[in-house]
Amino acid sequence: MRAPSLLRTLAFRIVLFYVALFALSAGALVAFTYWNTERALDAETDQTIEAEIGGLAEQYQRLGLGALTEAIIGRSVRGGPALYLLTDRLHHPIVGNLDTWPTVLTRAGSNFIEFDYQRRVGANFEDHRARGRIFALAGGFQLLVARDVHERYETQRLFTVTLPWTVALMLMLGIVGGGLLSRNMLRRLDAINRASREIMAGNLSRRVPVTAQGDEFDTLAENLNRMLDRIERLMRGLREVTDSIAHDLRTPLNRLRNRLEGTLKQAPPDSGEAAQIEAAVAETDHLIATFNALLLIAEAEAGVAREAMGRVELPAVIDGVAELYGPVAEEKGVTLEIAPSGALAIDGNKNLISQALANLIDNAIKYTPEGGKVRVSVEERPGAVALSVADTGPGIAAEDRARVLDRFVRLEASRNTPGVGLGLSLVAAVARLHDARLLLDDNRPGLKATILFPAWHRPGRAVEARS
Amino acid sequence: MRILVVEDDLEAQRYLVQGLKEAGHVVDDASDGDIGLTLALSRPYDIAIVDRMLPKMDGLRLVEEIREHGNSTPVLFLSALSDVDDRVKGLKAGGDDYLTKPYAFVELLARLDALMRRRHPAAVKTRLQVGDLELDLLTRQAKRGGTNIDLQPREFRLLEYLMRHAGQVVTRTMLLESVWEYHFDPQTNVIDVHISRLRAKIDKGFDMPLLHTVRGAGYMIRARA
Repeated sequence: MRAPSLLRTLAFRIVLFYVALFALSAGALVAFTYWNTERALDAETDQTIEAEIGGLAEQYQRLGLGALTEAIIGRSVRGGPALYLLTDRLHHPIVGNLDTWPTVLTRAGSNFIEFDYQRRVGANFEDHRARGRIFALAGGFQLLVARDVHERYETQRLFTVTLPWTVALMLMLGIVGGGLLSRNMLRRLDAINRASREIMAGNLSRRVPVTAQGDEFDTLAENLNRMLDRIERLMRGLREVTDSIAHDLRTPLNRLRNRLEGTLKQAPPDSGEAAQIEAAVAETDHLIATFNALLLIAEAEAGVAREAMGRVELPAVIDGVAELYGPVAEEKGVTLEIAPSGALAIDGNKNLISQALANLIDNAIKYTPEGGKVRVSVEERPGAVALSVADTGPGIAAEDRARVLDRFVRLEASRNTPGVGLGLSLVAAVARLHDARLLLDDNRPGLKATILFPAWHRPGRAVEARS
Repeated sequence: MRILVVEDDLEAQRYLVQGLKEAGHVVDDASDGDIGLTLALSRPYDIAIVDRMLPKMDGLRLVEEIREHGNSTPVLFLSALSDVDDRVKGLKAGGDDYLTKPYAFVELLARLDALMRRRHPAAVKTRLQVGDLELDLLTRQAKRGGTNIDLQPREFRLLEYLMRHAGQVVTRTMLLESVWEYHFDPQTNVIDVHISRLRAKIDKGFDMPLLHTVRGAGYMIRARA
């Protein structure tokens, strides 16, 4: 769980990129310096050799073989890195501090060669590398002048062995450091995300935690909190407005209903007067029902009802509502069918979702002719959970589908069917409250209404998708 | 019953008090939270009807105070507020039932009866009986006149609720809230359909009907016609 989420973080990827870039440039710098130094050292060696060959050749020319031999002996006994060997044309050694003519020669540059030889160190012999030049003297003599470059060679070897390790160590340290850095950042972001989740779930008084560090994250948290303060103020205002509208309208409606009921009690039973008052009470109740539905729509749309969000098992909701409407469907000769489904839950307001589903089923039964079928289903779709009610009624013409979601709209063809006409508007408002969409499709024949809940509204999803 | 009414809308209060007195109850009234609290704590009441919004002390606070004093008088909230979350708040504060204004007076009376019944439950019953209709709560069986009646689980719950409130008016909203646990208006009268099916099962073929429709109010199960 932890490792992949760490790899996915932006901070870690940035760190990784910079570590790689740094390792690459540091490696290049070291390699370039090394190469340049090596070239300079080689050039110095080569110059020394050239000078020595020049001197020895001159001695041979001016003073002959004897002087040359003497000079070589003289120089050989000094020890140090200088190597000399004078041979005849068949490479038989004449004089020098090299015992034999080297057998394996490697060309290095235009005139120079490199070879391995055995050098006496104390009582032992060691394989050493030398760099030198062969000079053919007049008379067929071969003069080899070289310098022991063992040290430089060893340095080079050491360098090529250690460089990858150094780079690897650098990368490792960088990755560990980056991991720690991004874990710290991830923790801060986690805290912000957790708080956001809680707030979205309805806890509007929750705030993003601010640490004492005063860094960029704290600035972000403070800004978010200021924004939340404003949202909370707005929501509270909205709630107060709906509450006072509710209060200011319900109080007189209550008095009206009370008075009507009081008058009804005094009216002689079964008189025309009583019937009139009863009708007035029924109208009042209808008015109240419409007002309640409108208020509920307003609240759902404003997100006021978010406070009562919790885990809602959709199949259980379907079973419950279908059970409530089953006898109604049966009475009308309509088959009410529940499609089988697995366990599917979302975060939501159970009462409102039940009511929305009740409205959809109620509508479907109302508009489906005898012998028809209403099918309720819930299924997982890519990135969504779909709750659908499909009927085999007359359906809604494509051009009217958007319009029926408006408040108070009832299509001409169904004017004589009872109902306030707010059913689908309420469903749409409940859908919006859950960040869901209400889709109306052709069921061929009939209407298929679908509430499409986004998958992140499923419980636990938001925690997984936090980074 | 002794009933305390705490309501600041004086006209609504007058109507409420008058209606309750006509129904044979003894009523005290208060028009703000402070007086309401003083009365509730100083005299024994069988039930308190408390408006959700009151001057001086909010209805929620009033009930919380009463409960903090260890007083368990059943409380029915009356509220004119929008009710999406308000019901939950009211019940959390210690209310026992919740009614949104405007309400029908019969609904209020039916709920008061139910609250009273809840307050004085007879010894835990395993059998309910109304006339020759018997309900065995352990074996989940219903019998009328010795004949078994086959009931769906929900029908059983519906009948159980009606029989627990035998002789009382039970409204459609009460049934929807108690038997189905829904708090919304289902538009179509779904409850009537369920009742008529239940009636077909328990009353059909018997001379004396037990399940009665109370006009303008709801239903009642009782042995006498």
